[in-house]
Amino acid sequence: MRNNNNLLANLDWPTVLIFLALTFMGWVSIYSAVFDEEYSSIFDLSQRYGKQMLWIVLAIVLAFIVMLTDAKFFSAFAFPIYFLILIVLVGVLLFGATIAGSKSWFQIGGFALQPSEFAKFGTALALAAYLGRLNADLSQLKTRLVAIGIIVLPALLILAQYDTGSAIVFTVFVLVMYREGMSGAIMIIALIAVVLFIATIYTQQVYVLIGLLVLFGVALLFIKRHIINIMKLIGLLLIAAAFVLSVDYVFHSVLEPHQTSRINVLLGLETDLKGAGYNVNQSKIAIGSGGFFGKGFLNGTQTKYNFVPEQSTDFIFCTVGEEYGFAGSLIVIGLYLTMLIRIITMAERQRSVFSRVYGYGVASILFFHFAINIGMTIGLVPVIGIPLPFFSYGGSSLWAFTIMLFVFLRLDAYRLNTL
Amino acid sequence: MKKNLYATRQNIIIFIFLAIGVLFVGKLFYLQIINTSYKLSSQNNVLRYMTQFPARGKMFDRNGKVLVYNESAYDLMVTPKLVKQMDTLEFCRLLKIDRQAFYARFKKASTHSRHRASIFLEQVSKEDYAYIAEKLYHFPGFYFQARTLRKYPSPIAAHILGDVGEVNQKNIDNDHYYKSGDYIGKSGMERHYEEAVRGKKGLKIVMVDVYNRAKGSFENGRYDTLPVAGKDLVLGLDAALQLYGEELMHGKTGSVVAIDPSSGEIIALVTSPGYDPNLLVGRVRSSNYNKLLEQPEKPLINRAISGTYPPGSTFKLVNALVALHTGAITPSTQFSCQGKSSSPIKCTHSHQSPLPLAPAIENSCNSYFWNTFRCILNNHRHRSLKDAYEEWQTLMFSFGFGKPFNTDIPFELPGNVPTRDYFDKVYQGSWNAMTVRSLAIGQGEILLTPLQMANEVAIIGNKGFYYPPHLIRKIGDGDSIDPSFTTKHYTGIDPQHFEVVKNAMRDVFEGAHGTARYNKIEGIDAGGKTGTVQNPHGEDHSLFIAFAPFDVPKIAISVVVENAGYGSQWAAPIATLMMEKYLTGDVKRKELEEKILNKNFNEEANAEQQ
Repeated sequence: MRNNNNLLANLDWPTVLIFLALTFMGWVSIYSAVFDEEYSSIFDLSQRYGKQMLWIVLAIVLAFIVMLTDAKFFSAFAFPIYFLILIVLVGVLLFGATIAGSKSWFQIGGFALQPSEFAKFGTALALAAYLGRLNADLSQLKTRLVAIGIIVLPALLILAQYDTGSAIVFTVFVLVMYREGMSGAIMIIALIAVVLFIATIYTQQVYVLIGLLVLFGVALLFIKRHIINIMKLIGLLLIAAAFVLSVDYVFHSVLEPHQTSRINVLLGLETDLKGAGYNVNQSKIAIGSGGFFGKGFLNGTQTKYNFVPEQSTDFIFCTVGEEYGFAGSLIVIGLYLTMLIRIITMAERQRSVFSRVYGYGVASILFFHFAINIGMTIGLVPVIGIPLPFFSYGGSSLWAFTIMLFVFLRLDAYRLNTL
Repeated sequence: MKKNLYATRQNIIIFIFLAIGVLFVGKLFYLQIINTSYKLSSQNNVLRYMTQFPARGKMFDRNGKVLVYNESAYDLMVTPKLVKQMDTLEFCRLLKIDRQAFYARFKKASTHSRHRASIFLEQVSKEDYAYIAEKLYHFPGFYFQARTLRKYPSPIAAHILGDVGEVNQKNIDNDHYYKSGDYIGKSGMERHYEEAVRGKKGLKIVMVDVYNRAKGSFENGRYDTLPVAGKDLVLGLDAALQLYGEELMHGKTGSVVAIDPSSGEIIALVTSPGYDPNLLVGRVRSSNYNKLLEQPEKPLINRAISGTYPPGSTFKLVNALVALHTGAITPSTQFSCQGKSSSPIKCTHSHQSPLPLAPAIENSCNSYFWNTFRCILNNHRHRSLKDAYEEWQTLMFSFGFGKPFNTDIPFELPGNVPTRDYFDKVYQGSWNAMTVRSLAIGQGEILLTPLQMANEVAIIGNKGFYYPPHLIRKIGDGDSIDPSFTTKHYTGIDPQHFEVVKNAMRDVFEGAHGTARYNKIEGIDAGGKTGTVQNPHGEDHSLFIAFAPFDVPKIAISVVVENAGYGSQWAAPIATLMMEKYLTGDVKRKELEEKILNKNFNEEANAEQQ
């Protein structure tokens, strides 16, 4: 009993409260988004809001189970969990069901489970376990390669399911590796490469090359105009240009049209072409029409009359923007940032590297979802269909995020016992 | 335990988190607070402004019989922006149009506005509507809007009732009430009483979902306005008499105008050839209009108000009144007549000679009226003939000649009263009674519309006054009609002089030599006057004017049958049949009626040409 009391006392309640607040607000927003007058009860299990309530209850049960599990279990079984998830990902490729173009679901009766949501959790565990080893040193190539391998393996499997959005999430582990000692330059170069790749496919290479030249010019103004610096810069420019040209060449000349098309679909380019940015435009209209205080609960016309597609899942933030306005949006963004910073602070107070790296992993994944999802709804980021943590409709993502978060809270509650 | 080497990097990571947060808040601030266009877009998304068209006022005749009512029709509307990919072929089949028409109509609507609804297909009938509406949900962007179409239970009085058509740009510019696609009265009563009849459009704001399905009213209908139905009109017209007049005039060119002398209300206004008013309704309006416009008989012209004729012998009554008034003659003044050898105007009637005024009217003696006219102009009260002419001219205008009545009958022509200045100009100042002698017998420059002729005989029946002829009797629930319509007008003639002329008109029927003695109506005391108008283009026009009952007339009538011969032969029978029908509700002279109904001048003329 003493142990249990300690557990409750050591649990980081601010994070739990934010978690509860976000899930509750998400539930209410889903109610608004798919509100149907014929089924007006928020507990109606035939509607998404009723189901989400069920998912929330199950998520809380899962959180309890996690809290009751021995903290050492997670570091000890990090790799088994990771490999189990890899096997499941392969299984999905072989036996999975295709929903909305992604072969990333296990259909069990009327219920669909998405293993890729759990893969992020497994990868965070494995990465933490690996970097927690005494001989792991990210300044060394070998460590970096193994770490990257741990990250890339599930990402590739998810990519093979045509669930690009979820695969892209794994790039965020760069932040974790940066915190653990990887050179910042690698992070920046990786970022630049991703940006260049996407930019080249989204626009014409000419514009990307012009952009590079402009950046080069700007950089020239800021560096010491030493011959070696200039040569380095020119070298960088040439490598970047070669990268862009080869991406473009491969994309347009080597690949068959159907392959190109597939990549476009992966990047959400072709659906976007069809809708001509319809989703984002309607999403911006919904949020923009909210004004300062919003239109009020169930009064969002964009929301209520289904002008925004996917509103209960990927575009759930529209509901907040339209019905609760700038004030409501500010609160939601504030809650997320508070949670993220709280997790970082908590990660830093961990005594074990495993717990710290895992904490960073959790923070990074949550951050990436938060940034891409909200950025997409307000038109800052291309449409990449990934859910808003704790908020969007869907059992898999809610449970995966809940387990991920509570495993960290469990580790944090245990931190003083590791001495 | 490894050393925590890179702890400061947490700050950079937190900074990245915060930077993204700040970026989001900034963008949200822009979207939600600064940029207001999104609010508008969301309203455009969800609000549909549906015009509620009021029912146009109905029209009734003086006995409460319906002349015009409304029938529902539906305009198919399209909002081009909301139109999704669709099965055009199926859609065209549904609407019974071809693909070219589809694309042409769609393009027209798109040019008008991509975001606002415009008419795609006008006036779909009730039957088609039910069928199409059922399938319309397959075609987002299209919806029906209810409209009403004019319907005429009996195809009469087309020219009077007028027609309704789509507004043109000028209408829209002149009156902001109208929007493109609205309807407006184009002619007749529809045009003159447009403001009363059109009612007031209502507006309903509904909220629609992404599939353009109506989801309910906006703010519980706080901004909705109900349409106000147009006011009904009651006309002075007698539908039965109008129909009878149109039947009698069938196959003849000309007109019949019947006025209630006690009020100026027009009881019948027939122009022939006419057309079925149902032809100018709805989608077929413009094509039918053009067809009617091209017909050589010119059925669109309302001869009763815009046909102008020399009044011929019917005009002798007016000259007699002027002569009595100016003292040029007295009722007992006698003139002699040499019949066909009379000079300068020969007389075609054989009668006693010399003769006083009353028998001169009964016999329509040309010589008598030439002498009368000469006496008017050579009146010693005036310093010159021209001054005397000017008095004549002024008295003519006091009968309502030479100018339109300007009541509620659109497109009315003024006719012509030649003025002193006119003759001065034509004859370079040197003219006399001899020069303008045709006026003595209603020929020459004097031109009257059949409406003016009917009013003339109403004046004589009333012994000296008239109310401006008008069509309206009552607007809505008793809104007062234009007070100028009910203002009594006196002519310049001293009322005492009417007695003798009026009595002489009875002799036209009753006298042994009366020119209309064969057209007497059993049991009805009436007065009339024939006219046979010489016509340089062909056969004489047959004219007749009459009133009845004699003492307090209820009907004053003028009949013109073009190129038909003697007034007594065609115009007089038609006029008396009309009066008989109106006053007794029945016609006893079946043989005469039969003869008139079967006479078809127009067919005969065509047969001759072929």
